[in-house]
Amino acid sequence: MGSLAGIGMGLAVIGAGIGIGNIGAKAMEAIARQPEAVGDIRANMILTAALVEGAALIAIVMAFLVG
Amino acid sequence: MKLSKIFFALVFGLLLGFSFTAQAEGGSEGEGVDVEGIAFHHISDANVYSIGPWSFPLPCILYNKENGKWSTFSSGKFHLVGHHGDGSEIVEGYVLNGGTVNRITNPTPEMLEGHMSIAGDHGHDSHDEGHAHHLFNHETKIVDGKEKEVSYFEKDGQKFYLEDKTAWDYGVFGGEFTSFYDFSITKNVVSMFIVCLFMMFVFFRIAKMYKTNEGKAPSGIQGFFEPMVVFIQDEVAKPFLGKKWKQFLPFLLTIFFFILGLNLFGQIPFLGGSNVSGSLSVTLVLAVAAFLVVNISGNAHYWGHIVWMPGVPAWLKIAILTPVEIIGVFIKPITLMLRLFANITAGHMVMIIFVSLIFIARDAAGDGIAWLTSIGSIALTMFMMAIELLVAFIQAFVFTILTAAYLNASTEEAHDHDHGDSHEHAAAH
Repeated sequence: MGSLAGIGMGLAVIGAGIGIGNIGAKAMEAIARQPEAVGDIRANMILTAALVEGAALIAIVMAFLVG
Repeated sequence: MKLSKIFFALVFGLLLGFSFTAQAEGGSEGEGVDVEGIAFHHISDANVYSIGPWSFPLPCILYNKENGKWSTFSSGKFHLVGHHGDGSEIVEGYVLNGGTVNRITNPTPEMLEGHMSIAGDHGHDSHDEGHAHHLFNHETKIVDGKEKEVSYFEKDGQKFYLEDKTAWDYGVFGGEFTSFYDFSITKNVVSMFIVCLFMMFVFFRIAKMYKTNEGKAPSGIQGFFEPMVVFIQDEVAKPFLGKKWKQFLPFLLTIFFFILGLNLFGQIPFLGGSNVSGSLSVTLVLAVAAFLVVNISGNAHYWGHIVWMPGVPAWLKIAILTPVEIIGVFIKPITLMLRLFANITAGHMVMIIFVSLIFIARDAAGDGIAWLTSIGSIALTMFMMAIELLVAFIQAFVFTILTAAYLNASTEEAHDHDHGDSHEHAAAH
């Protein structure tokens, strides 16, 4: 039971990792292009990262429940 | 160099403190260190407040469903032995197992009245204070097809099984309906009181300063908190809520500072490390508060888009959109709850596991390696503490900004230029 939940969590984390990685990369690019917009970009970056994280968290809880 | 002196003082302070805490938590020689047990004990709530080797009893308020009896007493009555948070006494059918109150499922009549000692024929172990063995043993039982750890103790040759307090979480974290409810002032509740009192003290003071100091530059504590308040006002409330920012700013600030206070309080080393904002019940209540504010202030435009999205064919609305939107209403607070819980709990766990590395090394390779490992372990822990300091702010900010974003969605007025196409489309049908 434990191992199946573990695999599920791992997959969820891979997805979230790719997602948050992309957000971070694009935010850095955006800041490099427009350093004066750093405040807005950072706030939005955190917001979107939190949304991606939410999906991963739901997957992890589902893994707990079903696994 | 002043900075380097502070740094080394910090490192040595931590080193000392670690050996202190670690002795308290890792404890007994001979048997291998149970990292999982330590980690879960570290993040869970408790009926005693332990700071290093000192334990402070807290009031217990327990209600037994079966005989409808309320029991109120101090957890000092359990008579703590050793550092595992086990109590050597049985009080009105309850025992203290690993810091939390458990109830005996098959008590004898004598156990329900007054209190008596657990220690039976092997009582000599439990009185050896410093290295007390666990009073309670665990065995794995299969309940409803799921493996479950059950604690028990033996007295006079009979096994007495224990059950945890009622904590219904759909079984995700092992909570279930049991025979008693725990309304005690626990470690988390005490920490929350401390943070609340501190916040009230600080903010009443600041509010007073704004009256006496009007028109002048902020000074002292006011100067410390003003940038944070202005940050929430300018970065969260105004951009997300537009004209209505004044109405919701108090709520957003309350949430932000409450979560921040709890996050930071839990990170003060050697102060019990209470994991309040990493407790599901606390984040649940915060999320419910956000859910109520968002949905009660939701306007017709918001509900209209949830129940009957304009500009979409009716079959699509019935089949997909409306169910998904309605689920979404509940998913939003659920993710708020889980995000805060998971982030803070993970931080606390990582910290205690890095400390436990020393003991894993000791069990595997002896004392010399353990001392070497402790250098790396302290470096890692200090690094993690720095990151957790960041996380404390980020998670408080994320909770606030997401609440503001949901509020924005629920209070936004219909703009013709935004949904121009869809409304035209709807009108055409």
